Amino acid sequence: MQILGYQLAPLWTDWLVYLLVAAGVGFYLYARRHEHLARPWRQVARRPLAVSAAMVLLVYIVIGLADSIHLQEQRDIANSDAIVFSSEKISVLDIVLTTLRVQEEKTYSAPFAIRSYAKETVELPDGNIVREFPRLVYGGTHLDFASDRSADITAKTLRALIESMLIFVLVIIMLSYFSAKNNSHAFGRQFVLLKRGETDIPWRSLLLTGFIITVVSLILIRLSPYYHVLGTDKVGTDVLYLSLKSIRTGLVIGSLTTLFVLPFALSLGIMAGYFRGRVDDLIQYIYTTLSSIPGVLLIAASVLMIDVYIQNNADQFATIADRADARLLFLCLILGITGWVGLCRLLRGEALKLREIDYIQASQAFGVSHARILSRHILPNVMHIVLITLVLDFSGLVLAEAVLSYIGVGVDPSMISWGNMINGARLEMAREPVVWWSLVAAFIFMFLLVLCANLFSDAVRDAFDPRAC
Amino acid sequence: MDANVKKPEIGQQQDVLLRVNNLKTQFHTGRGILRAVDGISFEVRKGETFALLGESGCGKSMTALSIMRLVPQPAGHIVDGSVLMGDTDLLQLSEMDMRAMRGGRIAMIFQEPQSSLNPVLTIGEQIIESVLCHLPLKRAQAKVRVVELLDAVGIPDPTRRYKEYPHQLSGGMKQRVMIAIALAGEPELLIADEPTTALDVTIQAQVLELLADLQRQTNMAMLFITHDLGVVSNIADRIAVMYAGQIVEQAGRDKFFSEPRHPYTCKLFESLPRANKREESLAVIEGSVPSLLTEFSGCRFADRCDYAWDVCRQSVPRWLGDDETGVRCHRFDEAVDQPVHELIEKVDLAKTQAAPGSDIILSVDKLKVHFPIQKGLLKRTVGYVKAVDGVSLHIAEGHTLALVGESGCGKTTVGKGILQLLKPTSGKVEFNGHNLIALDRKTMRGLRSDIQIIFQDPYSSMNPRMMVKDIIAEGMIAQNTVATRGERDRRIDELLEQVGLPVESKQRYPHEFSGGQRQRICIARALAVNPKLIICDEPTSALDVSVQAQILNLLKELQQRHGLAYLFITHNLSVVEYLAHDVAVMYLGRIVEHGPVKTVFAKPAHPYTEALLSAAPTLDDETQREMIRLEGDLPSPAAPPIGCHFNPRCPKVMDECRSLYPEKVDLDNEHNVRCHLYKTS
Repeated sequence: MQILGYQLAPLWTDWLVYLLVAAGVGFYLYARRHEHLARPWRQVARRPLAVSAAMVLLVYIVIGLADSIHLQEQRDIANSDAIVFSSEKISVLDIVLTTLRVQEEKTYSAPFAIRSYAKETVELPDGNIVREFPRLVYGGTHLDFASDRSADITAKTLRALIESMLIFVLVIIMLSYFSAKNNSHAFGRQFVLLKRGETDIPWRSLLLTGFIITVVSLILIRLSPYYHVLGTDKVGTDVLYLSLKSIRTGLVIGSLTTLFVLPFALSLGIMAGYFRGRVDDLIQYIYTTLSSIPGVLLIAASVLMIDVYIQNNADQFATIADRADARLLFLCLILGITGWVGLCRLLRGEALKLREIDYIQASQAFGVSHARILSRHILPNVMHIVLITLVLDFSGLVLAEAVLSYIGVGVDPSMISWGNMINGARLEMAREPVVWWSLVAAFIFMFLLVLCANLFSDAVRDAFDPRAC
Repeated sequence: MDANVKKPEIGQQQDVLLRVNNLKTQFHTGRGILRAVDGISFEVRKGETFALLGESGCGKSMTALSIMRLVPQPAGHIVDGSVLMGDTDLLQLSEMDMRAMRGGRIAMIFQEPQSSLNPVLTIGEQIIESVLCHLPLKRAQAKVRVVELLDAVGIPDPTRRYKEYPHQLSGGMKQRVMIAIALAGEPELLIADEPTTALDVTIQAQVLELLADLQRQTNMAMLFITHDLGVVSNIADRIAVMYAGQIVEQAGRDKFFSEPRHPYTCKLFESLPRANKREESLAVIEGSVPSLLTEFSGCRFADRCDYAWDVCRQSVPRWLGDDETGVRCHRFDEAVDQPVHELIEKVDLAKTQAAPGSDIILSVDKLKVHFPIQKGLLKRTVGYVKAVDGVSLHIAEGHTLALVGESGCGKTTVGKGILQLLKPTSGKVEFNGHNLIALDRKTMRGLRSDIQIIFQDPYSSMNPRMMVKDIIAEGMIAQNTVATRGERDRRIDELLEQVGLPVESKQRYPHEFSGGQRQRICIARALAVNPKLIICDEPTSALDVSVQAQILNLLKELQQRHGLAYLFITHNLSVVEYLAHDVAVMYLGRIVEHGPVKTVFAKPAHPYTEALLSAAPTLDDETQREMIRLEGDLPSPAAPPIGCHFNPRCPKVMDECRSLYPEKVDLDNEHNVRCHLYKTS
């Protein structure tokens, strides 16, 4: 398929991400028709903190999804009608961030710097040779004098602020108008309700979060073409670009792992609890054995294995991206295989409890088959546990990626991830003056994601907790 | 029972110990303000027992918690009123002083002794904590005091029990320990919140007697909260009836039972199942308790009242009477014009009783269900819990057999063993010519439509994630009783109508229904596959009296209409008297007496049956049998006593009983008993 001179070239993880999105949409449609599923979600939607967190998460997800649509660019080859595509796979996000991507410096530069971080021997126009901090190739080149910098930044920031204010006001007016129309309130009254935060859906929190997101993104949009807002790394790549590209890696690890966890945990867990006896013994032995193997060692061994495999079968992996992707997928698989034990235990316990409950006994008295009891009675009644565990595990997995990449058994070194950013920054921490920006950037992006995921999962847990109803 | 012996007639002059005045407790919920306690006033005098009677959700427990100032925070608030203990207003005390008050002058015991005791501390430590808190004693002295207390609440061998943990004690013993803890601070007022509801009748009788004894010794006042009219009649001096957050009637015991005034109270009495109502359907209170979220503009009971007229719905009835007796009803208000009232004649549905058939449809022979006790790494079997140990019984078509016994005697296991939900160890369950135990899974599945079950807890017997129509349809789908979807839908409508629910309810989820309505859905689900026998496992014991009457009526009506046979498992003897044709009394895995209800209740042969009947509290003094006190608790089915299982507790025990399990003795052709008192010769 070709669009505007590009050809879709999804990676393996892309397909799985699409699958997850499809599952998510399917779940939404299913939940909408089932009161017992829809009710807790509506409850989540009424919590101000939860919706704010969800909004930030949504920004992350949109960026992650944009980064999951990979394309190959059409190459024009002179004197040939054949359509040839570049061997490099770039994502939609890469295309959007082209300016950031291509504006590479020689090496480190601090945020908003206009001069390089390292001294170089420069030949002046008059033939003299001096050692100085040279001007950057892209950062701040539009300025004639270094002293203009703060005024320029302020002006651009102010402009972004004013623009976002305008958008904000426009959105408020539109929102008040439409919800006033829906609820048949007067326009003014709806506005007051909005201001006091007394609407059913916490619009006030949503608007404030939205406003902050708009301000930050507009400022970045205004400033990033002219400056390296978060500096550059060792090979001169923009750190903002790196941080944004890392989002996909984090999200993929956090969510795809669950794809591998679910089949094991769900089937084994409820089977162990429902059938008990020998089935239970067998499943318990499997997961007890698995959980006694040190997880990190298992992961390290498996990652080394896949490394060797990739090297020996280089012809199967056309591009560097493909190679890195295979390793990412494998990492998810390994994290999944080592990670299903906890959920499986929980589900076994719950199924043990459920099988003694009267409604299961009643179905047995009707002669309902085991398969049907498992799918109609046990499965729907453990889904809340699955949901809570998955959402809670997500942030743990994002952090695990960073730790694993830091010790060198995580994602491929060529793949952009927070773990690799931190790993790279580690070497520069001893430098004077310190190269702090890679570390701080990775920290902020990861912190924000994990915090929001935790806040959101708290709300989800509260809403689905059967004791709370 | 001893509690019935009237205390010295000092009633009127006694000083007031606790005076509750216009107490209001409210909860702020997402849907508005819930008025759990809405302006109630009463007083408790020294040395008397004041009973607060009401159905679940009427606010009686919340009244107790408000007095103790233990209303759940932060949702609950006491918004108005005063609680005077002597001269001190408890509601004005600082939290510090209130803590000294709790357990000191006022103590409280709760319904569930299991969850009120800390499982990791010995009972001695738990009592001593309370003693040290309220009495100025040294630890060694306190220990002596604890042993005294354990002795006072009738725990045998108190020095040894001191070091035991809660799990080593039975339910009745735990409740005694709770009472000992409550008594540690030598309280003037004991608030007992349904203290015997979780206990068996024989144990309940023991605990009630203990409370009455202690009250006589210490002259302590008691605020007794319960839903059980029988218990009230045994223990109370004065009674207040609560309905929807208010007291609707208050009277002394004798007056209350001889001439109840409020229509609600009258209905409560009428809805109690009794032997002399066998031929008629029970009175029911239509509808359900109104939500306490509503703001009432009339009488709260008006919608369910047979007497209600316009005034009842338009103006709130005032309290007619004084602090002593009174009623809150327009019928007794002289200031209100009384309408000319036509009482609706009670409809006797049951008169047209179809003669039940005589063909035996279920016969159980020497059924045994043993659970292995496994120990150690290799799970070696070291013994068996003999939950059911050779039970034989039979049910004829259209008959009801009641299986009666205390909790832990194995009656539920019998039900599940018959249904093959538990694999019996040995024995025979013959149903319509098939021995169910020998059948393979597939043949058994085909027979499952003939035997169905209704459970005790209407809250856990339906999948909360399924709609009512799916719940009812499940059996029909599994059994293929109807061919098409349309036919199935028609059948669901028909079933809902039969059990008295609107057809629209099929599109709703179980949580939207009340306990009684849920039980109706469960009955509809069982009926869906046209069973011949329904095993009813305590179907009404989780329900309020008025709702229980509705379910019993429904069961009776269905039996007549469809010729159903019931195996009715219960511990409630008055239900047995009302509903059953035959009764089997079970003790520790075996049936000790089996016979027609009338014979067994009139002339109980086995000492256990006798004791069980005498322990059940009844309303009228005339029918109250002489109390036979049973010592101790049900022994463990893992190690039953040698000889007759009942011998350690039996008041008529003989030497023979300690060595030999008695054979079955036929008293007449329908009535048999297993007891050495009756010899075959």
